[in-house]
Amino acid sequence: MADFNFELVSPERLLLSERVSEVVIPATEGEMTVMANHAPTMTTVKPGVVTVKAADGKVSRYVVFGGFADILPTGCTLLAESAVPVEEVDRTLIEKRIEAAKNELEGIAHGDEQRTRAETFLTELTQLNGILVAF
Amino acid sequence: MPSLKDLKNRIASVKATQKITKAMKMVAAAKLRRAQEAAEAARPYSQRMSAVLSNIAQAVGSDDSAPRLMTGNGRDETHLLVVCTAERGLCGGFNSQIARFARDHVRKLLAEGKTVKIICVGKKGFDILRREFSSLIIDRVDLREVKKISFENADQIGKKIIGLFEKDEFDVCTLFYSEFKSVISQVPTTLQLIPAAAPAEAVADTGAIYEYEPDAGEILSDLIPRNISVQVFRALLENVAGEMGAKMSAMDNATRNAGEMINKLTLSYNRQRQAQITKELIEIISGAEAL
Repeated sequence: MADFNFELVSPERLLLSERVSEVVIPATEGEMTVMANHAPTMTTVKPGVVTVKAADGKVSRYVVFGGFADILPTGCTLLAESAVPVEEVDRTLIEKRIEAAKNELEGIAHGDEQRTRAETFLTELTQLNGILVAF
Repeated sequence: MPSLKDLKNRIASVKATQKITKAMKMVAAAKLRRAQEAAEAARPYSQRMSAVLSNIAQAVGSDDSAPRLMTGNGRDETHLLVVCTAERGLCGGFNSQIARFARDHVRKLLAEGKTVKIICVGKKGFDILRREFSSLIIDRVDLREVKKISFENADQIGKKIIGLFEKDEFDVCTLFYSEFKSVISQVPTTLQLIPAAAPAEAVADTGAIYEYEPDAGEILSDLIPRNISVQVFRALLENVAGEMGAKMSAMDNATRNAGEMINKLTLSYNRQRQAQITKELIEIISGAEAL
Protein backbone atom coordinates (compact mmCIF):
# COMPACT_ATOMS: atom_id res chain seq x y z
CA MET A 1 0.00 0.00 0.00
CA ALA A 2 1.18 3.48 -0.73
CA ASP A 3 2.52 5.30 2.28
CA PHE A 4 2.91 8.97 3.07
CA ASN A 5 4.64 11.18 5.59
CA PHE A 6 2.80 11.87 8.81
CA GLU A 7 3.87 14.38 11.42
CA LEU A 8 2.38 14.84 14.83
CA VAL A 9 3.51 18.13 16.33
CA SER A 10 2.74 19.62 19.71
CA PRO A 11 3.86 23.12 20.69
CA GLU A 12 6.55 21.63 22.86
CA ARG A 13 8.06 19.20 20.41
CA LEU A 14 7.80 17.11 17.30
CA LEU A 15 6.28 13.89 18.59
CA LEU A 16 6.22 11.74 15.54
CA SER A 17 7.46 11.95 12.01
CA GLU A 18 7.36 8.80 9.98
CA ARG A 19 6.05 7.00 6.93
CA VAL A 20 2.55 5.74 7.54
CA SER A 21 -0.07 4.06 5.46
CA GLU A 22 -3.14 5.24 7.29
CA VAL A 23 -4.12 7.78 9.93
CA VAL A 24 -7.49 8.20 11.62
CA ILE A 25 -8.08 11.75 12.77
CA PRO A 26 -10.93 12.83 15.05
CA ALA A 27 -11.95 15.87 13.00
CA THR A 28 -14.63 18.21 14.28
CA GLU A 29 -17.00 17.12 11.53
CA GLY A 30 -16.50 13.45 12.28
CA GLU A 31 -13.66 10.98 12.18
CA MET A 32 -11.73 10.80 8.98
CA THR A 33 -9.21 8.33 7.71
CA VAL A 34 -6.34 9.80 5.75
CA MET A 35 -4.47 7.68 3.26
CA ALA A 36 -1.94 8.51 0.61
CA ASN A 37 -3.05 10.90 -2.16
CA HIS A 38 -5.79 12.40 -0.05
CA ALA A 39 -7.24 15.61 -1.44
CA PRO A 40 -5.71 18.73 0.18
CA THR A 41 -7.81 19.38 3.24
CA MET A 42 -7.55 21.49 6.30
CA THR A 43 -9.63 20.64 9.30
CA THR A 44 -9.88 21.35 12.97
CA VAL A 45 -9.49 18.47 15.36
CA LYS A 46 -11.52 17.77 18.46
CA PRO A 47 -10.29 16.00 21.58
CA GLY A 48 -10.02 12.33 20.70
CA VAL A 49 -7.78 9.46 19.74
CA VAL A 50 -5.54 9.51 16.68
CA THR A 51 -4.77 6.09 15.29
CA VAL A 52 -1.60 5.84 13.27
CA LYS A 53 -0.85 2.80 11.16
CA ALA A 54 2.81 2.88 10.26
CA ALA A 55 4.10 1.69 6.90
CA ASP A 56 5.28 -1.56 8.51
CA GLY A 57 1.80 -2.21 9.86
CA LYS A 58 2.49 -1.22 13.44
CA VAL A 59 -0.45 0.60 15.01
CA SER A 60 -0.02 3.30 17.61
CA ARG A 61 -2.58 5.53 19.24
CA TYR A 62 -2.32 9.03 20.59
CA VAL A 63 -4.71 11.12 22.59
CA VAL A 64 -4.95 14.71 21.40
CA PHE A 65 -6.76 17.65 22.93
CA GLY A 66 -7.82 19.70 19.98
CA GLY A 67 -5.75 21.19 17.24
CA PHE A 68 -5.90 21.08 13.49
CA ALA A 69 -4.69 18.99 10.62
CA ASP A 70 -3.16 19.99 7.34
CA ILE A 71 -3.56 17.24 4.78
CA LEU A 72 -1.79 17.17 1.44
CA PRO A 73 -1.56 14.36 -1.13
CA THR A 74 2.06 13.85 -0.12
CA GLY A 75 1.77 14.14 3.61
CA CYS A 76 -0.23 15.03 6.65
CA THR A 77 0.62 17.30 9.54
CA LEU A 78 -1.37 17.23 12.74
CA LEU A 79 -0.80 20.22 14.99
CA ALA A 80 -2.14 19.16 18.35
CA GLU A 81 -2.43 21.34 21.39
CA SER A 82 -1.15 18.45 23.43
CA ALA A 83 -0.65 14.84 22.47
CA VAL A 84 0.21 11.77 24.50
CA PRO A 85 0.49 8.10 23.55
CA VAL A 86 -2.61 6.28 24.75
CA GLU A 87 -0.60 4.00 27.05
CA GLU A 88 0.79 6.99 28.93
CA VAL A 89 -2.44 8.87 29.36
CA ASP A 90 -3.23 9.81 32.89
CA ARG A 91 -6.96 9.44 33.37
CA THR A 92 -7.03 11.83 36.29
CA LEU A 93 -5.60 14.48 33.98
CA ILE A 94 -8.56 14.15 31.66
CA GLU A 95 -10.96 14.25 34.56
CA LYS A 96 -9.25 17.41 35.69
CA ARG A 97 -9.77 18.90 32.25
CA ILE A 98 -13.42 17.92 32.33
CA GLU A 99 -13.74 19.58 35.69
CA ALA A 100 -12.11 22.74 34.34
CA ALA A 101 -14.40 22.71 31.31
CA LYS A 102 -17.43 22.37 33.59
CA ASN A 103 -16.32 25.29 35.68
CA GLU A 104 -15.77 27.37 32.60
CA LEU A 105 -19.22 26.46 31.36
CA GLU A 106 -20.81 27.69 34.54
CA GLY A 107 -19.07 31.01 34.19
CA ILE A 108 -20.56 31.81 30.80
CA ALA A 109 -23.99 33.32 30.30
CA HIS A 110 -26.74 31.35 28.59
CA GLY A 111 -27.30 31.61 24.87
CA ASP A 112 -23.83 32.82 24.21
CA GLU A 113 -21.85 31.56 21.27
CA GLN A 114 -19.01 30.90 23.65
CA ARG A 115 -21.27 28.73 25.73
CA THR A 116 -22.12 26.50 22.81
CA ARG A 117 -18.46 26.11 22.14
CA ALA A 118 -17.68 25.30 25.75
CA GLU A 119 -20.53 22.83 25.84
CA THR A 120 -19.31 21.04 22.73
CA PHE A 121 -15.84 20.92 24.17
CA LEU A 122 -17.13 19.37 27.38
CA THR A 123 -19.13 16.71 25.53
CA GLU A 124 -16.12 15.88 23.42
CA LEU A 125 -13.97 15.50 26.48
CA THR A 126 -16.53 13.29 28.19
CA GLN A 127 -16.75 11.14 25.10
CA LEU A 128 -13.00 10.85 25.00
CA ASN A 129 -12.99 9.77 28.61
CA GLY A 130 -15.56 7.11 27.74
CA ILE A 131 -13.45 5.81 24.86
CA LEU A 132 -10.37 5.57 27.00
CA VAL A 133 -12.07 3.28 29.50
CA ALA A 134 -12.12 0.68 26.77
CA PHE A 135 -8.33 0.67 26.50
CA MET B 1 47.09 50.26 54.46
CA PRO B 2 45.21 47.08 55.22
CA SER B 3 46.95 44.66 57.49
CA LEU B 4 48.10 41.22 56.44
CA LYS B 5 45.15 39.64 58.16
CA ASP B 6 42.69 41.93 56.40
CA LEU B 7 44.18 41.05 53.05
CA LYS B 8 44.01 37.37 53.82
CA ASN B 9 40.35 37.69 54.75
CA ARG B 10 39.56 39.57 51.60
CA ILE B 11 41.29 37.03 49.42
CA ALA B 12 39.31 34.28 51.09
CA SER B 13 36.00 36.06 50.57
CA VAL B 14 36.71 36.87 46.93
CA LYS B 15 37.63 33.26 46.40
CA ALA B 16 34.32 32.18 47.90
CA THR B 17 32.46 34.58 45.61
CA GLN B 18 34.38 33.28 42.65
CA LYS B 19 33.33 29.75 43.49
CA ILE B 20 29.70 30.80 43.58
CA THR B 21 29.80 32.69 40.30
CA LYS B 22 31.61 29.80 38.68
CA ALA B 23 28.93 27.39 39.84
CA MET B 24 26.20 29.75 38.66
CA LYS B 25 27.85 30.00 35.31
CA MET B 26 27.88 26.26 34.94
CA VAL B 27 24.26 25.95 36.03
CA ALA B 28 23.31 28.65 33.53
CA ALA B 29 25.21 26.83 30.80
CA ALA B 30 23.33 23.61 31.48
CA LYS B 31 20.01 25.44 31.60
CA LEU B 32 20.87 27.33 28.46
CA ARG B 33 21.39 24.10 26.60
CA ARG B 34 18.05 22.83 27.77
CA ALA B 35 16.32 26.08 26.92
CA GLN B 36 17.82 26.03 23.46
CA GLU B 37 16.63 22.50 22.96
CA ALA B 38 13.15 23.47 24.06
CA ALA B 39 13.14 26.44 21.71
CA GLU B 40 14.34 24.23 18.91
CA ALA B 41 11.71 21.59 19.64
CA ALA B 42 8.98 24.20 19.56
CA ARG B 43 10.05 25.54 16.22
CA PRO B 44 8.29 23.04 13.91
CA TYR B 45 4.93 23.84 15.44
CA SER B 46 5.18 27.58 15.08
CA GLN B 47 6.59 27.25 11.58
CA ARG B 48 3.74 25.04 10.44
CA MET B 49 1.31 27.28 12.23
CA SER B 50 2.40 30.38 10.38
CA ALA B 51 2.47 28.51 7.08
CA VAL B 52 -1.07 27.28 7.57
CA LEU B 53 -2.18 30.66 8.82
CA SER B 54 -0.92 32.57 5.82
CA ASN B 55 -2.47 29.90 3.65
CA ILE B 56 -5.90 30.33 5.17
CA ALA B 57 -5.59 34.07 5.43
CA GLN B 58 -5.13 34.12 1.68
CA ALA B 59 -8.16 31.93 1.21
CA VAL B 60 -10.35 34.04 3.43
CA GLY B 61 -8.97 37.26 2.05
CA SER B 62 -9.72 40.54 3.70
CA ASP B 63 -13.48 40.35 3.49
CA ASP B 64 -15.70 40.92 6.47
CA SER B 65 -15.71 37.31 7.54
CA ALA B 66 -12.17 37.61 8.86
CA PRO B 67 -12.24 37.41 12.66
CA ARG B 68 -11.81 40.53 14.72
CA LEU B 69 -8.69 39.23 16.34
CA MET B 70 -7.03 39.46 12.98
CA THR B 71 -8.40 42.71 11.65
CA GLY B 72 -8.55 44.48 14.99
CA ASN B 73 -11.45 46.67 15.98
CA GLY B 74 -10.40 49.50 13.74
CA ARG B 75 -9.22 51.74 16.53
CA ASP B 76 -5.76 52.64 17.69
CA GLU B 77 -6.39 54.29 21.03
CA THR B 78 -5.62 51.90 23.83
CA HIS B 79 -2.44 49.89 23.67
CA LEU B 80 -1.77 46.80 25.70
CA LEU B 81 1.89 45.97 26.19
CA VAL B 82 2.83 42.53 27.38
CA VAL B 83 6.35 42.82 28.72
CA CYS B 84 8.13 39.51 29.23
CA THR B 85 11.20 39.50 31.42
CA ALA B 86 13.01 37.02 33.60
CA GLU B 87 12.04 36.06 37.12
CA ARG B 88 15.50 36.39 38.52
CA GLY B 89 18.30 38.87 38.33
CA LEU B 90 22.05 38.39 38.10
CA CYS B 91 21.89 38.14 34.36
CA GLY B 92 23.66 41.27 33.24
CA GLY B 93 21.63 43.84 31.39
CA PHE B 94 19.04 41.35 30.22
CA ASN B 95 16.06 42.58 32.21
CA SER B 96 16.87 46.25 32.14
CA GLN B 97 17.37 46.05 28.39
CA ILE B 98 13.83 44.83 27.82
CA ALA B 99 12.41 47.17 30.43
CA ARG B 100 14.16 50.17 28.95
CA PHE B 101 12.94 49.23 25.50
CA ALA B 102 9.38 48.92 26.78
CA ARG B 103 9.68 52.16 28.72
CA ASP B 104 10.75 54.12 25.67
CA HIS B 105 7.81 52.65 23.83
CA VAL B 106 5.36 53.58 26.59
CA ARG B 107 6.69 57.14 26.70
CA LYS B 108 6.30 57.45 22.96
CA LEU B 109 2.73 56.18 23.08
CA LEU B 110 1.85 58.46 25.98
CA ALA B 111 3.33 61.43 24.14
CA GLU B 112 1.05 60.59 21.24
CA GLY B 113 -1.87 60.77 23.59
CA LYS B 114 -2.72 57.09 23.60
CA THR B 115 -3.84 55.10 26.58
CA VAL B 116 -1.40 52.44 27.68
CA LYS B 117 -1.97 49.31 29.71
CA ILE B 118 0.77 46.97 30.74
CA ILE B 119 0.85 43.31 31.65
CA CYS B 120 4.12 42.18 33.17
CA VAL B 121 5.27 38.63 32.75
CA GLY B 122 8.14 37.99 35.10
CA LYS B 123 9.03 39.70 38.33
CA LYS B 124 12.01 41.74 37.24
CA GLY B 125 10.23 43.72 34.57
CA PHE B 126 7.44 44.44 37.03
CA ASP B 127 9.94 45.76 39.57
CA ILE B 128 11.50 48.10 37.05
CA LEU B 129 8.34 49.35 35.34
CA ARG B 130 6.47 49.77 38.62
CA ARG B 131 8.69 52.71 39.50
CA GLU B 132 7.43 54.81 36.66
CA PHE B 133 4.17 53.37 35.43
CA SER B 134 2.62 51.70 38.45
CA SER B 135 -0.81 53.08 37.53
CA LEU B 136 -0.63 51.58 34.05
CA ILE B 137 0.15 48.02 35.07
CA ILE B 138 -3.13 46.15 35.04
CA ASP B 139 -1.85 42.67 35.67
CA ARG B 140 1.23 40.59 36.22
CA VAL B 141 1.96 36.98 35.58
CA ASP B 142 4.24 35.16 37.94
CA LEU B 143 6.17 32.24 36.52
CA ARG B 144 8.48 31.94 39.48
CA GLU B 145 7.28 28.52 40.49
CA VAL B 146 7.48 27.21 36.95
CA LYS B 147 10.55 25.09 36.40
CA LYS B 148 10.06 24.43 32.74
CA ILE B 149 7.80 26.62 30.72
CA SER B 150 5.06 24.56 29.17
CA PHE B 151 2.53 25.47 26.56
CA GLU B 152 -0.13 25.74 29.23
CA ASN B 153 1.60 28.72 30.84
CA ALA B 154 1.63 30.51 27.53
CA ASP B 155 -1.92 29.46 26.81
CA GLN B 156 -3.12 31.06 30.02
CA ILE B 157 -1.49 34.33 29.09
CA GLY B 158 -2.90 34.08 25.59
CA LYS B 159 -6.42 33.46 26.91
CA LYS B 160 -6.08 36.39 29.26
CA ILE B 161 -5.14 38.68 26.40
CA ILE B 162 -8.02 37.45 24.24
CA GLY B 163 -10.46 37.82 27.13
CA LEU B 164 -9.41 41.43 27.60
CA PHE B 165 -9.74 42.08 23.90
CA GLU B 166 -13.25 40.69 23.82
CA LYS B 167 -14.17 43.01 26.66
CA ASP B 168 -12.85 45.90 24.56
CA GLU B 169 -10.19 46.71 27.09
CA PHE B 170 -7.66 47.56 24.43
CA ASP B 171 -7.28 48.00 20.68
CA VAL B 172 -3.74 46.97 19.93
CA CYS B 173 -1.64 44.40 21.73
CA THR B 174 2.12 44.24 21.48
CA LEU B 175 4.42 41.66 22.97
CA PHE B 176 7.83 42.67 24.30
CA TYR B 177 10.48 40.05 24.67
CA SER B 178 14.11 39.43 23.98
CA GLU B 179 15.10 37.58 20.90
CA PHE B 180 17.85 35.07 21.41
CA LYS B 181 20.51 35.77 18.81
CA SER B 182 23.44 34.13 20.52
CA VAL B 183 24.83 33.59 23.98
CA ILE B 184 26.28 37.07 24.06
CA SER B 185 23.59 38.94 22.19
CA GLN B 186 19.91 39.19 23.00
CA VAL B 187 17.91 41.78 21.17
CA PRO B 188 14.77 43.29 22.68
CA THR B 189 11.99 42.85 20.17
CA THR B 190 8.36 43.79 19.73
CA LEU B 191 5.72 41.62 18.19
CA GLN B 192 2.23 42.79 17.41
CA LEU B 193 -0.26 40.18 18.53
CA ILE B 194 -3.58 41.91 17.90
CA PRO B 195 -4.48 42.75 15.23
CA ALA B 196 -2.45 39.83 14.03
CA ALA B 197 -0.16 40.88 11.27
CA ALA B 198 -0.36 38.11 8.72
CA PRO B 199 2.98 36.35 8.27
CA ALA B 200 4.85 38.53 5.83
CA GLU B 201 6.71 35.86 3.95
CA ALA B 202 4.24 34.42 1.53
CA VAL B 203 4.81 30.71 1.65
CA ALA B 204 5.52 29.41 -1.78
CA ASP B 205 3.34 26.41 -1.18
CA THR B 206 2.18 23.61 -3.34
CA GLY B 207 -0.54 25.67 -4.87
CA ALA B 208 -2.98 23.04 -3.74
CA ILE B 209 -6.55 24.13 -3.44
CA TYR B 210 -7.61 23.16 -0.01
CA GLU B 211 -10.89 21.86 1.13
CA TYR B 212 -11.83 23.36 4.43
CA GLU B 213 -13.73 21.49 7.01
CA PRO B 214 -15.55 23.37 8.59
CA ASP B 215 -15.21 26.44 6.37
CA ALA B 216 -12.09 28.56 6.21
CA GLY B 217 -13.47 31.40 8.29
CA GLU B 218 -14.29 29.10 11.14
CA ILE B 219 -10.92 27.41 11.07
CA LEU B 220 -9.31 30.81 11.05
CA SER B 221 -11.25 31.96 14.10
CA ASP B 222 -10.16 28.78 15.85
CA LEU B 223 -6.60 29.18 14.72
CA ILE B 224 -5.88 32.77 15.63
CA PRO B 225 -6.34 32.44 19.39
CA ARG B 226 -4.13 29.38 19.20
CA ASN B 227 -1.58 31.31 17.24
CA ILE B 228 -1.50 34.03 19.88
CA SER B 229 -0.72 31.43 22.53
CA VAL B 230 1.94 29.94 20.30
CA GLN B 231 3.56 33.32 19.79
CA VAL B 232 3.55 33.95 23.53
CA PHE B 233 5.01 30.51 24.07
CA ARG B 234 7.76 31.17 21.58
CA ALA B 235 8.53 34.50 23.19
CA LEU B 236 8.75 32.90 26.62
CA LEU B 237 11.09 30.22 25.36
CA GLU B 238 13.29 32.76 23.61
CA ASN B 239 13.33 34.75 26.82
CA VAL B 240 14.46 31.79 28.90
CA ALA B 241 17.22 31.02 26.45
CA GLY B 242 18.24 34.68 26.40
CA GLU B 243 18.16 34.94 30.17
CA MET B 244 20.38 31.92 30.55
CA GLY B 245 22.75 33.17 27.89
CA ALA B 246 22.98 36.57 29.56
CA LYS B 247 23.43 34.96 32.95
CA MET B 248 26.16 32.74 31.62
CA SER B 249 28.19 35.58 30.19
CA ALA B 250 27.54 37.77 33.23
CA MET B 251 28.74 35.04 35.54
CA ASP B 252 31.71 34.34 33.30
CA ASN B 253 32.68 37.99 33.56
CA ALA B 254 32.20 37.93 37.30
CA THR B 255 34.40 34.86 37.63
CA ARG B 256 37.10 36.47 35.54
CA ASN B 257 36.93 39.71 37.52
CA ALA B 258 37.16 37.78 40.76
CA GLY B 259 40.26 36.03 39.41
CA GLU B 260 41.86 39.37 38.58
CA MET B 261 41.03 40.71 41.98
CA ILE B 262 42.53 37.69 43.67
CA ASN B 263 45.72 38.16 41.68
CA LYS B 264 45.95 41.78 42.71
CA LEU B 265 45.24 41.07 46.33
CA THR B 266 47.73 38.21 46.42
CA LEU B 267 50.37 40.48 44.97
CA SER B 268 49.89 43.14 47.60
CA TYR B 269 49.65 40.48 50.28
CA ASN B 270 53.00 39.03 49.24
CA ARG B 271 54.56 42.45 48.99
CA GLN B 272 53.45 43.36 52.43
CA ARG B 273 54.63 40.10 53.87
CA GLN B 274 58.03 40.66 52.27
CA ALA B 275 58.11 44.19 53.65
CA GLN B 276 57.38 42.93 57.08
CA ILE B 277 60.12 40.29 56.92
CA THR B 278 62.59 42.89 55.71
CA LYS B 279 61.54 45.19 58.48
CA GLU B 280 62.07 42.51 61.10
CA LEU B 281 65.47 41.67 59.66
CA ILE B 282 66.52 45.31 59.76
CA GLU B 283 65.43 45.48 63.35
CA ILE B 284 67.48 42.42 64.28
CA ILE B 285 70.55 43.52 62.36
CA SER B 286 70.51 47.07 63.66
CA GLY B 287 69.96 45.68 67.15
CA ALA B 288 73.01 43.44 66.76
CA GLU B 289 75.10 46.31 65.40
CA ALA B 290 74.24 48.50 68.33
CA LEU B 291 75.78 46.01 70.74
